[in-house]
Amino acid sequence: MNSGRRNANAGNPNAGNANARIGYIAFNTFREAVRDRVLYNLIAFALLLSGASILVGEISIDVERLVVVNLGLTAVSLFGVVIAIFIGIGLVSKEIDKRTLYTVLSRPVRRWEFVVGKFFGLTGTLVVNTVLMAIGVLLALLYVAHRFEKMDAWVLVALYFIVLQFLIVCALALFFSSFSTPLMSAVFTFALFVIGSLAEDLRGFARITQGVGGWIATAVAYLVPNFSALNVISQVAHGDAVPGRLILYNTLYALLYSAMAISGAVLIFQRRDLK
Amino acid sequence: MAAIEILDLEKSYLVGFWRKRPKLALRSLRLTIEEGEVFGFLGPNGAGKTTTLKLLMGLVFPTAGSARILGLDMDDPRVKSQIGFLPEQPYFYDHLTARELLNYYGQLSGVPAKGRAARVEQMLARVGLSDSAGMQLRKFSKGMLQRLGLAQAILHDPKLVFLDEPMSGLDPMGRREVRDMIQELRHEGKTVFFSTHILSDAEALCDRVGIIHQGELRGVGAVAEVTSQKQGKVEIVFCAQAVPAGLTSLGAEARVSGDMVNAVLPEEQQDAALEVLRRERLKLISLTPVRRSLEEYYIQKLRPTEGQREREEDRKGVGA
Ligand SMILES: Nc1ncnc2c1ncn2[C@@H]1O[C@H](COP(=O)(O)OP(=O)(O)OP(=O)(O)O)[C@@H](O)[C@H]1O
Ligand SMILES: [Mg+2]
Repeated sequence: MNSGRRNANAGNPNAGNANARIGYIAFNTFREAVRDRVLYNLIAFALLLSGASILVGEISIDVERLVVVNLGLTAVSLFGVVIAIFIGIGLVSKEIDKRTLYTVLSRPVRRWEFVVGKFFGLTGTLVVNTVLMAIGVLLALLYVAHRFEKMDAWVLVALYFIVLQFLIVCALALFFSSFSTPLMSAVFTFALFVIGSLAEDLRGFARITQGVGGWIATAVAYLVPNFSALNVISQVAHGDAVPGRLILYNTLYALLYSAMAISGAVLIFQRRDLK
Repeated sequence: MAAIEILDLEKSYLVGFWRKRPKLALRSLRLTIEEGEVFGFLGPNGAGKTTTLKLLMGLVFPTAGSARILGLDMDDPRVKSQIGFLPEQPYFYDHLTARELLNYYGQLSGVPAKGRAARVEQMLARVGLSDSAGMQLRKFSKGMLQRLGLAQAILHDPKLVFLDEPMSGLDPMGRREVRDMIQELRHEGKTVFFSTHILSDAEALCDRVGIIHQGELRGVGAVAEVTSQKQGKVEIVFCAQAVPAGLTSLGAEARVSGDMVNAVLPEEQQDAALEVLRRERLKLISLTPVRRSLEEYYIQKLRPTEGQREREEDRKGVGA
């Protein structure tokens, strides 16, 4: 889809290239998030985590690691999902409402570049946020266990999966906000996150259901983003390994799913009249 | 080559709860603007000026018709690096400073990194924002945003500039500066297409004006031609406490203000009138041919045309 457009541009040195523009838009989105104090959520996260680890250190001996990993990663995931939804739904619609888009789209910026740039900006923000939170989790782990073990490497894999979840959530928020109101977009995205977190259960349910109900259950189970496959928190909290195949499969799945959602958002946005 | 060639561009918005009712905002606009021209787009509120500009910028899509800009189709991506746009009541990212915004827009417009910073400073100076360059835009006043809007429109040295009400929200000095800026753009050989309500600005700046009303182009004319049309009358101003009787009999409409008299009379009576003044030993201050002002032209064009009236009737017929 995009290669044809890029060729149309090839003869024009002034237009620069699409990748550079996407980068500029992404950076501006990141800068906006930082200046709008999105990273302040880290303070709440740090307080929560340090409070919890101190408490756990007091009361138990064996389960400290389990609790810290479970609680820490769950918090990373929830904080991130909330940020992804709340910024994601406003990414494009806010720019339409405030008309900041007018002076961007009257430049050599194609609409798809804008959407993709915004997506990268927000996921970039979330990656930075997650890295900072991950450092917190690892410090908490060090505090309660006094040393790192080999199995702690799996915690990093779980964090990577959480970032993959964010990609999908951001893409979905963008997709829904390309045709519905911010409130409805937030509701839809959050609902899909919840349903998607139960995707494995849903698939199991679909297998044992007969007839039309079974068909519907199967369709839903496979259409909703499979967030449960991306959630290995309790597994790594118990020190279990994550199969390499799952890492590969999840990576491809998340990239494909978010690419589809972004494409949908682009297709809708491309035809849309700005108010 | 024409800078802008608008070919029957038409836009209707879907309104109403189910977005079913079409509302015609622009009716089959056909208009050509030559390169190097300063063109004023005039019309009352809701006439369709902004709609036209948004269509040309690709912000909304036409219901019918097309346009060519600088010889390229209007949605050709190459067009965008050669045009600048100031939207009406511009609003920008308020987390950025003026300097950061211009730098960002320079990046998006493909202004080379080398020399970009200097160009940004130059633009800030040109619109008088150098002192506020480091301030976040959320703290900018309306007029400051308007100035920044002008700076971003010409930042990348475009060949063609679209300005939607460039003087609105500006103080008298600011308006003067914008006028000067448009003049400068003209001298640099740029094409300027701007919409305005302020007829005196249009009269002072434009080569040609187009008048649009209820989505319909009512007339296009060269300002020099429109305003040079004589009315066959002259205006005489002279010092006197009262209107001399001889003047009234020449068919003059006179008005006394203080110790000055202002009389308008048919051109062919000009010599006779001067004769009267000489006889009465009154001091002549000025004698000027009465010209049609742009305002009169504008008002004349806003009156409903025949076709317009018929359509109005049709519409009522359908509605009933
Ligand atoms: N998004 C929209 N939805 C429905 N109608 C619209 C929309 N935008 C503009 N219109 C209608 O189109 C017509 C033309 O509006 P436009 O903004 O082009 O006027 P304008 O000439 O710029 O007026 P002004 O001088 O007040 O800025 C108006 O009747 C307006 O109500
Ligand atoms: Mg307008």
